[in-house]
Amino acid sequence: MIADAVAWVLVLAVAAYACGGGADYGAGFWDLLAGGARRGDRPRALIDHAVAPVWEVNNVWLVFVLVVMWTGFPVMFQAVFSVLWLPLTLAAMGLVLRGAGFALRKPTRRLAERRLFGAAFAVASVLTPYFFGAAVGGVASGRVAPGGSASVSAWTNPTSVLTGLMTVAAAAFLGAVFLSGDARTYGTPDLVDYFRRRALVTLLALAVLAGIGIALTRDDAPYVHERLTGGPGLALVCVAGVCALAAAWLLVRGAPTQFTRAAAVGSVGAVVVAWGLAQRPYLLPTSLTVAEGAGARATMGWLVIVSLVAVVLVGPALVLLYRLESRGELEPDPVVSGDPEDSTGTER
Amino acid sequence: MTGAVLLLAADPAQLLPARELMAFSLGTHILLVPFGVALPFVTLLMHYRALRGDDPVAMLLARRWSAVMAVQFAVGVVTGTVLSFEFGLLWPGLMGRWGDVFGLGFGVEAWAFFLEAVLISVYLYGWRRLRPWTHFALGVPLPFVALLGAFGILAANSWMNTPRGFRLDANGDPVGVDVRAAVFTPMFGPEYWHFVVGMFMTAGFVVAGVYATGMLRGRRDRYHRLGFTVPFTAAAVLTPVQLFLGDFIARSVFHQQAVKFAATELVWRTGTHVPEYIFGRLNPDGSVSGGIRIPQLDSVLAGFSPSTEVTGLTSVPAEDRPTTGQATLVHTAFDVMVLIGSVLMLLALWYAWARWRHRDPSRSRWFLRAAAGAGAACLIAVEAGWITTEVGRQPWIVYGYMRVSEAVTTTSAGTLWAVMGVVVLGYVALLAVFVAVLLRMRARWRLRDERTGVRQGARPAAGEAPEHAAPYGPRPRHLPGGRR
Repeated sequence: MIADAVAWVLVLAVAAYACGGGADYGAGFWDLLAGGARRGDRPRALIDHAVAPVWEVNNVWLVFVLVVMWTGFPVMFQAVFSVLWLPLTLAAMGLVLRGAGFALRKPTRRLAERRLFGAAFAVASVLTPYFFGAAVGGVASGRVAPGGSASVSAWTNPTSVLTGLMTVAAAAFLGAVFLSGDARTYGTPDLVDYFRRRALVTLLALAVLAGIGIALTRDDAPYVHERLTGGPGLALVCVAGVCALAAAWLLVRGAPTQFTRAAAVGSVGAVVVAWGLAQRPYLLPTSLTVAEGAGARATMGWLVIVSLVAVVLVGPALVLLYRLESRGELEPDPVVSGDPEDSTGTER
Repeated sequence: MTGAVLLLAADPAQLLPARELMAFSLGTHILLVPFGVALPFVTLLMHYRALRGDDPVAMLLARRWSAVMAVQFAVGVVTGTVLSFEFGLLWPGLMGRWGDVFGLGFGVEAWAFFLEAVLISVYLYGWRRLRPWTHFALGVPLPFVALLGAFGILAANSWMNTPRGFRLDANGDPVGVDVRAAVFTPMFGPEYWHFVVGMFMTAGFVVAGVYATGMLRGRRDRYHRLGFTVPFTAAAVLTPVQLFLGDFIARSVFHQQAVKFAATELVWRTGTHVPEYIFGRLNPDGSVSGGIRIPQLDSVLAGFSPSTEVTGLTSVPAEDRPTTGQATLVHTAFDVMVLIGSVLMLLALWYAWARWRHRDPSRSRWFLRAAAGAGAACLIAVEAGWITTEVGRQPWIVYGYMRVSEAVTTTSAGTLWAVMGVVVLGYVALLAVFVAVLLRMRARWRLRDERTGVRQGARPAAGEAPEHAAPYGPRPRHLPGGRR
């Protein structure tokens, strides 16, 4: 019972990382595909401008996923990190390169250096979600079991390749949706369309990948396949589909940013929750159930309490931040006396 | 000697690269920790002063420090995320067996970190969007959240040193977990207070050191004096406290981890009237070369009397204690930390004496030189303290229950060295950016201030907000380059 609650905390944290982190990785994806230095200059400027304030917070979701895994389900944590050693190492290295590349590009003016650092940021932004997705595919297809040792086939199998590609596509979709909204906020209407088109194309790609996935996982990941094509799993997949369609419709209609973003986040989040539902009662299908893999009871109870307290504390802070961020009006600057009109024209 | 050779032979080949990789990533991360923990406090101190005195210079400093805080925090997130990966990638045996006993602290830390990230963003956005005192009030939780994060990490580390809160079943697996006992272990209190005060001191001395350097270069305006005085005073007040806490933790180690204490003080054989060595090297036969030997002192320091019995390294078999090389490293690191602490104490006394006599200590160039070096010295002391506690714990990852070699991954040594190469390159790049961004921010601010004369106390004119210079701060509402 309490183990199930912790398992759901884990699933929700993964969903939060998929949505929050996904949008950041997606921005890197579009950075990679923005074209040459001249053609890609404006989209990249928007990406530089829009991504920075949020990405650091999103990494914390990932830390939380790891912490819940090792505290709540230590055997599963050990199995996942032993069997999927290489993809997870590559993902961690991708995180470093991404952070370094992104931060390095900003202060650099020379084109050759900007290209190098930008490439590190962009390539790492694509590879990191791919490896996370491939790791998820390894777990979902039952290739990770307690006591296993590092295995290549656990993340190069058909399901892993598919989930890896779907993770990248989902990130690209979220990234495009968020950047399209940012383009509106920062007053660059041509980029609104630019990213809107890309969001619709990636949504199409996601649909195609999902179609392939249904056929592919029938034999390759039978346990999860069965529960995603029937029962509550199917219901959530349908929710994801409806959200995706709604997002597409809102994009085409040019609806307000918040609604489009909510629909896009809803579709990706629903897929993650559907995966969690489909794995029940297993942590690692079909070798370790939630009940078997659960850590000490006392710890699980405290983990739930810590999570609840945190939600109570972090929730209002996040709402406040969002309100501050979206509030256009600025108070008079306490440092800057006199004319609030900005001389350099960079803020209003 | 043969014991040590056997021990080395029995250790898996990947143990060394795994330890080095962990040491490198943690050793880098810990340099950023003082600022994550204590820079918010230093900034709020200045912010309070600015609000109380309606002081535009103090306000400008607080606002700029908040921008620095954001950059530093972003770098710390990357290095911190890598660490949590490394627990699984390098030490799967530790987490798989003990994760549910001691992992909860990390959970507290993760949420505290999250809350701190959000609150730092709120603080940064708040400069122009909130009323002054509301904005300050929203910043006040920051230091407490930082202390909560440190609580989580120190709970985990002190548990590794004095593991409690579980029983072992027939298979040697932990059962009957008592969370409270696992969090509040005997070493928790001493470690926590020593660490936290060390972090506040380091942040204070480093920030003050920046402005001391500026004053040495002739920039003796109000901006620099204020930027120096506020953090330096805070750090100087904490210095004697830290001396007391350092003594407290050393004596706690003596009582709780006798063999670690023996390594710290180079005690070979258990006995009374044990001499204290200042520096020196432990030889495989138990003799000490070099260093200054003070008879009786170690016994006196440990138990206030020369007849105090101090446990020696040889009280346990060779495979259950640090090697002589590790003991020398621990001892050296410990002495470096104590030495730096003592010198900082003298500096704090100098400052207090000058202030008491109503003199301006910053008129002495020697004082400024020492103050400028105090920040770097603090960072060295942080590293030294961390080496003392981590290397002193060897060969155990869970003191007395699990060896480091039992917890290590089965990945080959070659792969781990390759990963280490990438991580080192990535971290060097990351730290280079960090420093480059800070220097660039400084250059911009200096240029601006020369135009406005704000450092001499003039009311600043309109212009770009400091937090916009930070790569992770709030964005201006328009894209650079404008509409097209």
